Amino acid sequence: MSTCLCDAFFDDVARATVEVLEFFGCTVDFPENQTCCGQPAFNGGDWKAARTVARHQAHAFAGDQPVIVPSGSCAAMVFHGNLLAFEKETDLPEMEDFARRTWELCDFLVNGLGVEAIPGRYQAKVAVHNSCHTRGSGTGAAMDKLLRSIDGVEVVKIGEPEQCCGFGGTFSVAFPNISSSMGKIKIENLQQEKPDLVVSGDMSCLMHMRGLAQKAGVDYNAQHVVQLIRDALRNEGAL
Amino acid sequence: MKHQEIDTFSEVLAADVKEAVRAGSASGVSKRREILAADFPDANAIRELAGQIKQHTLEHLDTYLEQAEQKMRANGIQVHFAWDGNSAKEQILEIIQQRKARTICKSKSMASEEIELNDFLTEKGYDMVETDLGEFILQLDEDHPSHVVKPIIHKNRRQIAKTFEKHGLGEYNDEPEVITQRARKHLRQKYLQGEVTMTGGNFISAESGRMVIVTNEGNSRFGLAGAKCHIALIGIEKLVPTDRDLGVMLNLLGRSATGQQLTVYTEFISGPRSESQPEGPEEMHVILFNNNRTEVLASDCREILRCIRCGACMNVCPVYRQSSGHAYRSVYPGPLGAVLSPLLAGKAGYPELADLPKASSLCGACQEVCPVNIPIPDLLLRLRNKAKTEHADKAAIGTPDMTLWSELATHPKVWRTAMKSANLLNGLPYDMMPIAPLRAWTRQRTLPKWQGGKFRNWMKEHQKERNHER
Repeated sequence: MSTCLCDAFFDDVARATVEVLEFFGCTVDFPENQTCCGQPAFNGGDWKAARTVARHQAHAFAGDQPVIVPSGSCAAMVFHGNLLAFEKETDLPEMEDFARRTWELCDFLVNGLGVEAIPGRYQAKVAVHNSCHTRGSGTGAAMDKLLRSIDGVEVVKIGEPEQCCGFGGTFSVAFPNISSSMGKIKIENLQQEKPDLVVSGDMSCLMHMRGLAQKAGVDYNAQHVVQLIRDALRNEGAL
Repeated sequence: MKHQEIDTFSEVLAADVKEAVRAGSASGVSKRREILAADFPDANAIRELAGQIKQHTLEHLDTYLEQAEQKMRANGIQVHFAWDGNSAKEQILEIIQQRKARTICKSKSMASEEIELNDFLTEKGYDMVETDLGEFILQLDEDHPSHVVKPIIHKNRRQIAKTFEKHGLGEYNDEPEVITQRARKHLRQKYLQGEVTMTGGNFISAESGRMVIVTNEGNSRFGLAGAKCHIALIGIEKLVPTDRDLGVMLNLLGRSATGQQLTVYTEFISGPRSESQPEGPEEMHVILFNNNRTEVLASDCREILRCIRCGACMNVCPVYRQSSGHAYRSVYPGPLGAVLSPLLAGKAGYPELADLPKASSLCGACQEVCPVNIPIPDLLLRLRNKAKTEHADKAAIGTPDMTLWSELATHPKVWRTAMKSANLLNGLPYDMMPIAPLRAWTRQRTLPKWQGGKFRNWMKEHQKERNHER
């Protein structure tokens, strides 16, 4: 599942996802009819609209293949949000099946495929932003394991790691002051050790934080973790 | 697009208040984390157990209420039930009138805030004395608590020193020790005058009818030592099945609230003075009040009634930290209040507070720290859905309409075309964006370059090559 953000803005993240999955032996199929997971409406409170979109997405991914998402947030919508939104619906079992098959990318690489290390090289001090939707899931530890296995990557400490970046979907426009204040705190925490690069498993957080920084006239490097993994493999000639 | 009310509140909130709230809550977070990690190999297991105990209690509340009532009566306590705030206030007034009391010493109680007891009794001419230091300061300032455990988290000591000076409690001095000593001296006189002492209650064991009050100042204990009559106002959800369950709850409450293994005072009260217990008030009343709790119990958000009022969720909440407790316009602030307050407000009060569940980025930090593992983000989401289906206007402010988006997202061809067409927006000044949410977004942030269709084109080519290679 490429996610609507990759569809709109971050084509290279979706591409890197395909390349990395293929490197580890997967055959990647891309159902053309996929659009969005439904989360914007779900979080906004419009569950009726969310269900319509989530249903569409579930149909687009019908079958028994695992569904891999380069976003902890969209993945959590499928394996948690849908179960809430469809609680009283007759097609709950379908959504449960969709939920069982859906993985966040790093979680899948480590806990699904059993990847122990990335045979790549990437010279950088990296600050990791764990997105809130991956709390309590396997993603954080998986991402950490993958990053630390890359030759040259130094994962730096960040302040207040449990803090949210303040994106929160429609929250970012309904609460612009609080959202941007939260983002500024998070950016400071991430930049504490002056990393070369900020990585995350969620482009939404990165887009929000970098957007705030750029608007204030400062910039820093930020990437999806899978782009770093792909580039590390390329650097070593493995890809 | 208009902002949500809590956002506007935060925008104009004084910098020193914001700083006080942030510092106070941040220290709560780190103390909690350290002590739980030091004392328990797996604190999450205890949180889950405590959550199950409270959930079980709620699901059998009728049985446990009856059992608790019988036990308390057998212990010599006069038990009263109050359907709503007014009924609770009337019953309290009646007891006070019978005792011919003039001065009522009161320890910290969110329940009394909920039913606005002080205003009610003060209007009737009674001298209501808040004996918790924080609450005492609030009473002097005619202010309200902004946190369930640290009621004056929004104040700093300089402000408090000024308040004391203004009320004749000594010259300006902002040393915490001096402030505390002055309050102590003032309150000791009041304890001697108080004929009735009012408290809340943290837990009641249905098995024994024993109630528990925790404080750090010993003020409720002092009040009980002096008064002839004790009135405890307690919500019906404060029960636990057995005395053993108190052990689980008390292990979590102090640690979650203030990073203490136990609060300085933990009082177990079985009833009024008796032959086997020669100390304490000669008369004890427990008022179990509902005030829409049964409505909450009947809703799909009943888990919120597990809450033991530790305040950990507000300490950790990034929205609470930016906006302070008063932004929530209700007795219970933070993530707890965002769920509980609109529900407790009842049908009439609900529309006014329907926006509170929107005040969250759904980051989930609250659930992670909750000692009774309440799935707060799920409940916030349910309430957002409720607001949408019931057309609560206040909740809708600032949230983009999803009609067009859901049309696009269910018509894949149109979706793909829309994504490609969006590339035309590249280079367009932000204030000329044809879509309101994008204009709102770009007021604070840049927007990345649109790359609609790019990945899908690459993927098509990639798949062709791949099939060719095979």
